[in-house]
Amino acid sequence: MSRPLRSFIKPQFIALALILLLNWILFPGFFNLFFRDGRLYGSLIDVLNRGAPVAILAIGMTAVIATRGIDLSVGAVMAIAGAVAATMVGDGHPLFLVIMAALAAGLVCGLWNGSLVALLGLQPIIATLILMVAGRGIAQTITEGFIVTFNDPGLIFMGSGSILGLPTPIIIMVTLAALATAAFRLTALGLFVEAIGVNRSASTYAGLRSRALLIGVYTFAGFCAAISGIIAAADIRGADANNVGLWLELDAILAVVIGGTSLMGGRFSIPMSVVGALIIQAMNTGILVSGFPPEFNLLVKAALIIVILVVQSPLAGRIWYFIAPSRKRPPPSSPAETPATSTEGTLK
Amino acid sequence: MPEPVLSAAHIDKSFLDNKVLDDVGIDLMPGEIHALLGENGAGKSTLIKILTGAYTHDAGTILLDGKPVHPRDTKHAQEMGVGTVYQEVNLLPNMTVAENLYIGRQPLKFGLVDNRKMERDARALLSRYQLNVDVGSQLDTYSVAVQQIVAIARAVDISGKVLILDEPTASLDQHEVEVLFGILQRLKADGLAIVFITHFLDQVYEIADRATVLRNGRRVGSRAMADLPRMDLVTMMLGHAIADTHALRIGGGRQPGGLFASFKDYALAGKAAPFDLDLHEGEIVGVAGLLGSGRTEMARLLFGIDRPDSGELTVKGKPCKLREPRDAIALGFGFAPEDRKVDGILGDLTVRENIAIALQARQGWTRPLSQKAQVDLADRFVRALDIRTTGIEQPVKFLSGGNQQKVVLARWLATNPKLLILDEPTRGIDVGAHAEIIRMINSLCDQGMSLLVISSELDEIVAYSSRVLVLRDRAISGELRGAHISVGAIVKMIAMQPEVQDA
Repeated sequence: MSRPLRSFIKPQFIALALILLLNWILFPGFFNLFFRDGRLYGSLIDVLNRGAPVAILAIGMTAVIATRGIDLSVGAVMAIAGAVAATMVGDGHPLFLVIMAALAAGLVCGLWNGSLVALLGLQPIIATLILMVAGRGIAQTITEGFIVTFNDPGLIFMGSGSILGLPTPIIIMVTLAALATAAFRLTALGLFVEAIGVNRSASTYAGLRSRALLIGVYTFAGFCAAISGIIAAADIRGADANNVGLWLELDAILAVVIGGTSLMGGRFSIPMSVVGALIIQAMNTGILVSGFPPEFNLLVKAALIIVILVVQSPLAGRIWYFIAPSRKRPPPSSPAETPATSTEGTLK
Repeated sequence: MPEPVLSAAHIDKSFLDNKVLDDVGIDLMPGEIHALLGENGAGKSTLIKILTGAYTHDAGTILLDGKPVHPRDTKHAQEMGVGTVYQEVNLLPNMTVAENLYIGRQPLKFGLVDNRKMERDARALLSRYQLNVDVGSQLDTYSVAVQQIVAIARAVDISGKVLILDEPTASLDQHEVEVLFGILQRLKADGLAIVFITHFLDQVYEIADRATVLRNGRRVGSRAMADLPRMDLVTMMLGHAIADTHALRIGGGRQPGGLFASFKDYALAGKAAPFDLDLHEGEIVGVAGLLGSGRTEMARLLFGIDRPDSGELTVKGKPCKLREPRDAIALGFGFAPEDRKVDGILGDLTVRENIAIALQARQGWTRPLSQKAQVDLADRFVRALDIRTTGIEQPVKFLSGGNQQKVVLARWLATNPKLLILDEPTRGIDVGAHAEIIRMINSLCDQGMSLLVISSELDEIVAYSSRVLVLRDRAISGELRGAHISVGAIVKMIAMQPEVQDA
């Protein structure tokens, strides 16, 4: 399918490029890559590696937000999954079982959230708030209040190992994003999720299993959170129930919004959410390497969010519409919708 | 000759390259009811939005009491004297009647809202409309008709020169329409200029003094109703003469085939009294009854949206159960709901996706329709139903109401249904599309589909039904067949005394 190069130019890519450029100005070695002990090192790799946990959360969060929901519990679910993994590996269980158990914990958490939303009809923000609060308590119960550390090389590999010269989290992030995108776009799932997000009642009348789909997306978000939790635990070689994944749910939501998925549900794009997560991380890393005090980070982040959201706003869309002469479209459809649809087009 | 209270002339409006109004004008006299007519997409709404300040016009003049005005926004227009009541009543359902009447201009006492005075004023205001409701109750505890009157009372109270009513009767039953018309007559006598937009030509002849007809963004003409024969009016709206749908009787001679679905003793407490319903292949069953007689409740039961307390369903001789709409769809049922915005369309999704969704849902998520299959499907139905859209990738929310209805219809036709349930299929649809939909309904049934149509337009039911069920008080109160079907017979059955009903 041919389409103009223009549709690839999205504000998110411009923002990412600008931030990377700014990082390079502030820290000239930013784009330097070097190869040591069989893996790549460099600030750019750092951005991808450090960004992976939030990006993975954002993948699950995208599906949830597309159904017009939200999942506040993913940070706490990370802690639960990390606690399960650390505790079990400490008890000497084989790695495969440990990973499966941690993932299962995430699935159960997601199932719980999904059931509250789909079966009891709770508002997503409240339904998931329950586990956001309770989750860390559960994680602490599992670790019995300690920071459980471990030395299992297999589990550590998940956080700091490398495959084909790239850190494992990057590989996991890219694989999961590709698989999830394929699962949503090569099947009708993506359309169904969007339909439910746009109008749940009409979707049910059209024969969609709205409840099952809702439970499904929250379960998927829990699964993604568990993966993130395993990576985070493996990275610090221990499960810190109080601090792992703290506030990351907000970063994940931010990543999804930066990626262009509306909190009102409907159209979504998983790859763009990953880009959103990388934008956030590029900022974090940039501030770190350029020697600014870390508290500066929060202000810069806020400023960037404002810029990106203004660029994506309907008003900016209209302005863009008038200054872009080659994009003659019928009056009612806003140009903001064009990129979203064309992304799907290439995947089919 | 009195001066017009509002006079718009040479109004142009374009959305980018798309000219939606071209040299349109309208004159509103004090104390007249002026019908604004035209097919969907003729430019009625755009003109209204310009008069009420929601849009700005590109060219032309608007004179209010002879002075040129430029309404900046709806509030500005209201203050100048132009008030509007929209089809979907735009009040706040979760606030009281009094608050709705005075929101934004509540009487104050010591800087706080003076609730007592507000409710006293509200009662006084509504008594002029002979509306006796508790002004302290939440608005949504009252019917749409009452809400509409509240909206009118508010608009007249604020503005008081021009009142614009956009399809005010669309969701009212016969009695409520009469009440509304009584109010309009009184407002007219008070010297208000009233613009009345509707698709019901009978009502235009009943109440309007003059009519302005728009077609494709141009003014076809303004005429006094007294010397405008019905056929001339329809011809003005369509640009060509059509067969009078009222004279069309296509359902009477229909020969139904074998039994398709049979509902026995179906009942749901508070929603539907036990009823039996047999639906045959190729049969068109019309369901008539006043608003609130249980028409929509019955449709929801038949489609599995609500589960019955009791009752059995057999489809083609096999017992079935409907737990959710999916089950009904699996049996070949389809349902186009009454409120297409809330339950029908997927606004942000494209025309293509809206048409493909039911078929895709039935196929399951693991077997996606290819892009090409979806495009072919959408193209086919856009052409077959004459859906007016700039393309199948246009989000369906930008289509006009009638075209949205056609998209929902296309969604079900794409699944090749065996039983289609249509709840008010022609509501808010213009005359041309109306006839088209009736013709289509007919040809589908020739191919063996059975159809259940709920409609408050009795003419329409009479035109295509081979059998008519009359509902009253949430029960089937009677049935008419073949040559016995007539508007008079239906009305008589609706008005019948409860003792003689055979349920």
